[in-house]
Amino acid sequence: MCDTCGCNLTPGNRHLAYQPVKPGTTAVSVLKGLLSKNDDQAAHNRAHFDARGLLVINLMSSPGSGKTALLEATLAALRGELTCAVIEGDLETENDAERIRAQGVQAHQIVTGTACHLDAHLVHEALHHMNLEGVDVLFIENVGNLVCPASFDLGQHLNLTLLSVTEGDDKPAKYPVMFRAADAVLITKTDLLAVLDDFDPAKAEACLRRLASTAPVLHLSPRKGQGMPVWLDWLRAQLTAHRTRVAQGKTHRPAIQPDGETLHTVL
Amino acid sequence: MHELSLAQALVEQVDALVAQYRAQRAILIHLRVGPLAGVVPELLAEAFPLAAAGSAAATAQLAFTPSPLRVRCLNCGGEGEASPNHLVCAQCGDWHTQVISGDELLLESVELEGVD
Repeated sequence: MCDTCGCNLTPGNRHLAYQPVKPGTTAVSVLKGLLSKNDDQAAHNRAHFDARGLLVINLMSSPGSGKTALLEATLAALRGELTCAVIEGDLETENDAERIRAQGVQAHQIVTGTACHLDAHLVHEALHHMNLEGVDVLFIENVGNLVCPASFDLGQHLNLTLLSVTEGDDKPAKYPVMFRAADAVLITKTDLLAVLDDFDPAKAEACLRRLASTAPVLHLSPRKGQGMPVWLDWLRAQLTAHRTRVAQGKTHRPAIQPDGETLHTVL
Repeated sequence: MHELSLAQALVEQVDALVAQYRAQRAILIHLRVGPLAGVVPELLAEAFPLAAAGSAAATAQLAFTPSPLRVRCLNCGGEGEASPNHLVCAQCGDWHTQVISGDELLLESVELEGVD
């Protein structure tokens, strides 16, 4: 549908198309994303993180896919090697932050009340309550929700989207925005594949590829210790790559940035 | 799903414009929304009056330009239409593509009344 010959007119929008700007009115071109205020705050957050050379990773998934369990196993494995901190996001309770603190790791809980996703302002506020001195990796565990969190830049460098084997293997096709936003997709609870007959990891990956995503797909069961070495090596490599970038004055935005929008907006 | 918070962000941007141009109010707001933006225009239109009540955008209408979902193939260079969960090149079938339109959530322009 083009913008010149009128073939994009419908009965619903026709009344808007032919109205010239009325006398006394001025049309002002804006060309800004609706989320530009959030994006500006996210850029500030990212600059703050880069000044400290720390890598920030945002974990997203449905509720119950194993984000907190992944963090617990990861933090235990990295004890003594890397200093980590965690920002937790939930509608209610401090339960997840308490689980992280039980690992001896600093955690701050954002209780959103009703907000179904974290945004850059909530994360900025959380940073005031944390001591990031000497921290290598900051994990942000987003609210369990496969829809909204994908749209909100928090200032992180990488997005991880988790998909557990008890969910449908066509989830990437059903939630394209969320899975396109992932820098890596983690298929979790793989220990249960032995008793399930309806999850095909290859199909999940095929659905992901049809989203034009080149994100690596990792298979793991943090609770049973399966797949952890590959995941930890990936994490270490990301930290090294990030430190190299920061030393060169560069940063990295997660896969969230809409490609098409950058062609239209005024930066 | 979060259309109300988007409507609030939109009202803030429009209010700032009205103040910047010292106008009386906003009349018409032009938005471009693509299928991969994660937003449903109808829901945004419903949420907008709630968010705009009492602001300089309170009586403004929203006009949506739907943005087609198009990809450019990194394998053959071809461009073509795609669907949100099938971003595969229509010409060569390769999945290494780049979205060139269809993921926008853009405030394109605003018509203001009574600009100084």
